[in-house]
Amino acid sequence: MTRRTLGLVVLAIAVLAVVFVSLAFGTRQISLDAVFAAIIDPDLSNNDHAVVRDLRVPRTVIGLLAGAALGVAGGIMQGLTRNPLADPGLLGVNAGASLFVVLGITFFGITAATGYVWFAFAGAAVATVVVYAVGAGRGGHATPVTLTLAGAAVTAVLTSIITLVLLSNLETLNQYRFWSVGSLVGRDLSTVVVLLPFLIAGFALAAVVARMLNVLALGDDVARGLGQNVSLARVLAAVAIVILCGGATSIAGPIVFVGLVVPHIVRRFTGPDYRWVLAYSFFVGAILLVLADVVGRLIVQPTELEAGIVVAFLGAPVMIALVRRSKVGVL
Amino acid sequence: MSALVAARAVRRSRARLVTIVLLGAVLVIAALSLAVGAYSVSLPDLLATLAGQGNSKNEFIVLRLRLPRLTMAVLAGLAFALAGALFQALLGNPLASPDLIGITGGASVAAVFAILVLGLSGFAVSGFAFVGALVVASTIYLLSWRQGIAGYRFVLVGIGIAFMVQAALGYLLTRADVRDAQGALVWMVGSLSGTLWTEVAVAAISVGVLVPAVIVLAPKLRMLQLGDDTARGLGVRVDLSRVLLLAVAVALAAVATASVGPIAFVAFVAGPIARRLVPGTSLVPSALVGVLLVSTADFVSQHLLPGGVQVPVGIITGAIGAPYLLWLLATRRSRGEA
Amino acid sequence: MTESHTLTARELSLAYDGADIIDHLDVSIPPGSITVIVGANACGKSTLLRGLARLMKPRVGRVEVDGRDIHSYPSKQLARLVGLLPQHPVAPAGITVADLVARGRYPHQGWFARGTAADDAAIAHALEQTSTTELAGRAVEELSGGQRQRVWIAMALAQEPEILLLDEPTTFLDVTHQVEVLDLLMHLNKERGTTVVMVLHDLNLAARYADHLIVMAKGAIVASGAPDEVITVETVRAAFDLESVVIADPVCGSPMVVPIGRFHQLG
Repeated sequence: MTRRTLGLVVLAIAVLAVVFVSLAFGTRQISLDAVFAAIIDPDLSNNDHAVVRDLRVPRTVIGLLAGAALGVAGGIMQGLTRNPLADPGLLGVNAGASLFVVLGITFFGITAATGYVWFAFAGAAVATVVVYAVGAGRGGHATPVTLTLAGAAVTAVLTSIITLVLLSNLETLNQYRFWSVGSLVGRDLSTVVVLLPFLIAGFALAAVVARMLNVLALGDDVARGLGQNVSLARVLAAVAIVILCGGATSIAGPIVFVGLVVPHIVRRFTGPDYRWVLAYSFFVGAILLVLADVVGRLIVQPTELEAGIVVAFLGAPVMIALVRRSKVGVL
Repeated sequence: MSALVAARAVRRSRARLVTIVLLGAVLVIAALSLAVGAYSVSLPDLLATLAGQGNSKNEFIVLRLRLPRLTMAVLAGLAFALAGALFQALLGNPLASPDLIGITGGASVAAVFAILVLGLSGFAVSGFAFVGALVVASTIYLLSWRQGIAGYRFVLVGIGIAFMVQAALGYLLTRADVRDAQGALVWMVGSLSGTLWTEVAVAAISVGVLVPAVIVLAPKLRMLQLGDDTARGLGVRVDLSRVLLLAVAVALAAVATASVGPIAFVAFVAGPIARRLVPGTSLVPSALVGVLLVSTADFVSQHLLPGGVQVPVGIITGAIGAPYLLWLLATRRSRGEA
Repeated sequence: MTESHTLTARELSLAYDGADIIDHLDVSIPPGSITVIVGANACGKSTLLRGLARLMKPRVGRVEVDGRDIHSYPSKQLARLVGLLPQHPVAPAGITVADLVARGRYPHQGWFARGTAADDAAIAHALEQTSTTELAGRAVEELSGGQRQRVWIAMALAQEPEILLLDEPTTFLDVTHQVEVLDLLMHLNKERGTTVVMVLHDLNLAARYADHLIVMAKGAIVASGAPDEVITVETVRAAFDLESVVIADPVCGSPMVVPIGRFHQLG
């Protein structure tokens, strides 16, 4: 027990370290003194300070929040579906949020993130319901493979609708294509401020759901036998997923694999108890996404690679390794 | 013996009936495609032109513009549908399709790369698309090989790669000028407009080589569906047959994508639709359904909007295919099909 | 009617993921008889059968049919000699009984498989032998467990093998159907002289139907021979870690094992 608590403390410190790294490194060389000064005692005319405050702080904050949200959402998804391959991107939830955002931009002329966050939520909700219904088929039981395929299928459907809209509207395409690669840049903190209450609510709900997930993991029948209201647990978990994914996608665009990879990394230390898994995923997710963003800044200098792309290229091999290693319940 | 013969006869006649109806539908659409348009050709004139007896104007419209396009639609529909049906049978899951498991995605990335970065067009882009599909398919195959191929592993690795490919596509699209990006997007949706006879010839030769391969390998496929152990017990060389079938399916998908771009959903739904009409895996009905889908969609794409504005074929197939696909998936029985 | 074909394993070692399941086993299957392999869970009986069926490559040793290594036979030729019914056979959705049984003719067909009169005769005969002729047009997935198992056996029969291997053919059937399937196999053995080798989990049914019994534990053979000789209190203890009483089956006289548990004792 104490080992796991100690781990959390270590992670919290790691987060601070990562924040520091994110503020200090980038395509523009800024000395450490300047970084400190920019935070503590900013000089408005200093370009270095401006970069730190206006560019690096927002993207770090966004990375932390979106990463944490996606990590926790992924953990909940894996517990809810008993599918080790669940991920908000793979299961089409992000695509749903994306589609609704595109519709919002195109048909409702909404360009501010504060506006389309609602669309993102709605889209995430719709996609979650559809994917689960499709994955379960008429039999009502979704296996890991069929659920993953359903997610891919629903993503394909949603993406084709998105493509249709984009083809006809150059302006939307121009906005959307940058948003869709999972960039942490170009959003300002006002968006984050609007979303913060939702994300906090989502995390709180996740904490409540964690215990239920432990019981659900034993199978519906056993869970009922232990007194768990299975339907309620499912609904609460789904709501938490929608809020967290919708929020993360609004501020960072659709990012794949974070929700998949983080809980798996975390489980090696915490074991299968979802209270610990979600707590650890919160921190590890934040660290992972911010680090990905930093990597994206450093490897193709003087340009940058978006965090979402970095994560995709790192996450796919991890997923493949997972698939190769285990027998992912075929039945 | 008679119960056996009777059972077989019932099944065969149903398959035959469905095939004939589908062929009839294809012919109707073909005739419409060739005759109807901004400049309409009457049926007698059409037949005369096809026989080489028409006037030069009809000849230009029918033989230079519409016939190559129709032929390409037929070839692409055939190739996509067969590829999809083969994949679904091989991987044991009606949800498995080359669109989903990154193969057509690989073609798209290679093609978009050729268009946006190398500034190529025409045959060069097709060549890249073809190679891209093959490279991705081989990668998926190698990565999912672990003492043999398990269907579910292939699918899951494919999905992982598909998402990675999506990220690469996103990268390419963001680095280009927005107008170029839109142009690339057009390729990615799939289009049959402006098809030339040279393109048709290349596609026809490729399909002409692959279809006999499918016919030869079809009995092995039927055996593989009984499960690896039973198939081995019946004397099938399981690993070899599976590799060959996968290779042919990938080649079909690659040729189709290279020729017309990744037309959405045809590969995905042709098999399931055919299965609703004729129970069991039937490759010929699947192929015909694919032909019908693409040729009908192309016809609609040309005549949906007034003023000769064309909607890319992929949009139409997406609009028909997407909701139908979701409905198909949501209503399938989850036992005995996955 | 059928020539007798020998099936033997010499110094056979089979492994999964590097761990040996069976090690240096010698097995000789008496031709023309019914051989049953029994043992506790994870004793290696299914693995042995899979090795005999050429589903696994031996790490060490060889399996021979008629003195020749099975891995040296061309696939179809071996399939004409040895037929297999695995533990979880997969029937494609919507397939009819007639179709499924017809697939059993694959080893006898060339590249361009067209049903010949000989094929049709074999299929009809297989249906008749398994009493599934009336089911010919029905979909396999609609049948009951016992019917489905008979259909799978019909498919194996259509193959016209000399040796038939079955991996737990009765495990998921209720007792009526268990007896039905085993009676069918016995009939085939008596009628056509087919050598039957099967894995069964029910010791008493095995004792009743087997001519030759092989008892395994922990990857090795504990005893083999006629049921009367093999089924003893000592063997049951060694293979199943179970105290028991062995009596004569009141119906057919074969040895019957009556387990002694914590709450049910002698006296």
